[in-house]
Amino acid sequence: MRLGILFSGGKDSTYAAWLAKKEGYEISCLISLWSKNKDSFMFHTPAIEFTKKQAECIRIPLIVQETVGEKEVELKDLEKAIKLAVKIYRIEGIVTGAVESVYQASRVQKICNDLGIECFNPLWQKNQIEILEDSVKNKFEVIISGVAAYPFDKSWIGREIDQKFIDEIKVLSDKYKINPAGEGGEFESLVVNCPLFKKRLDVRLKNVYGEGNSWKGEFE
Amino acid sequence: MKRNILLVNVCKERLHYYEFVKPIENILSKNCVSFFVKSYNEIKNENLKKASHIIICGTSLKDFGYEKDLRKFEWIKGFEKPILGICAGMQIIGSVFSRKSKKKTEIGFYSEDFKKEFLGLTGKQEVWHLHNNYVDFGKLNDFEVFCKEGGVFQAVKHKEKEIYGVLFHPEVRNKEMIKGFVKK
Repeated sequence: MRLGILFSGGKDSTYAAWLAKKEGYEISCLISLWSKNKDSFMFHTPAIEFTKKQAECIRIPLIVQETVGEKEVELKDLEKAIKLAVKIYRIEGIVTGAVESVYQASRVQKICNDLGIECFNPLWQKNQIEILEDSVKNKFEVIISGVAAYPFDKSWIGREIDQKFIDEIKVLSDKYKINPAGEGGEFESLVVNCPLFKKRLDVRLKNVYGEGNSWKGEFE
Repeated sequence: MKRNILLVNVCKERLHYYEFVKPIENILSKNCVSFFVKSYNEIKNENLKKASHIIICGTSLKDFGYEKDLRKFEWIKGFEKPILGICAGMQIIGSVFSRKSKKKTEIGFYSEDFKKEFLGLTGKQEVWHLHNNYVDFGKLNDFEVFCKEGGVFQAVKHKEKEIYGVLFHPEVRNKEMIKGFVKK
């Protein structure tokens, strides 16, 4: 079956893509929504423009759909991008990295159902710490590109997700009830290497901007 | 008999296992309940004997290859231990008891009202729906209806056997229900 990956470049969508490949599916394209709305519930990651470079590293075509990020408009834009993937790459299903986000999952499910294609959510309901541990175990190199929750600060930007990071997140998750996988936007991630990549993405942290507990990295 | 749950995977697509079977495995593991997984295609009598309970898991909106294989679920009628059918699993139970599926799409969170206690669920409950069909259990005299909204049968139980069916996915927001079932 030919699949399109709803791809943000972060650990969840990339890990979901890898699982699809591991299970023998053909990844025909990546689909990335570039939202201009920083508060979008559906699509947002500070380093979204890196999806182009990541797609080159994976050597799979990327469909970029820009969106103003308003509630219903972004769904129309997502549908438009998926329709394009069906037309150009003849995909028969979409893979998402949704874990707990019912807002995101239900909307993608509805779009796929209307288009008559499959919708795969291989991380659905997966233990959040387990996602981090599995990504480390499977040689995913992931860095933190943004944070937006107490008690995160500027120092977290650019950190690699490794066992030390996971141990710290476990403590913070228990203490402050943050989502340990960052799906609620507590932190955003950028995959720089993993078994899907044919070559590593070389990035350097150029600048960190923000205030309080909300910081974003500018990479080059 | 020691609790040992047989999880029946009805997904034709391998990748759906992670979405529809694995979350139930995780609930059982977390509660130290042993289990084993079989595809509906490979169930043998020895598997049925070994199982203390059976959960027939759900599948996606487009993955319904099992519908052509309903004869492979005939064991349901003769099985004397508890069975829980989730979404597609509930529709399979209905089909085995001679009712065909009807069209009704529900995707996302819905509030359902349980008039009577059902595996620990009572009153209004938020549940996760992901289905295009349902079975009209109202015409099956062997079954008691515990929850029905807008004409759609959400939770039923066989009147004489421990056969339960839910149209929603309890592994998403009603994990306690699965724990309640395996204690039966």
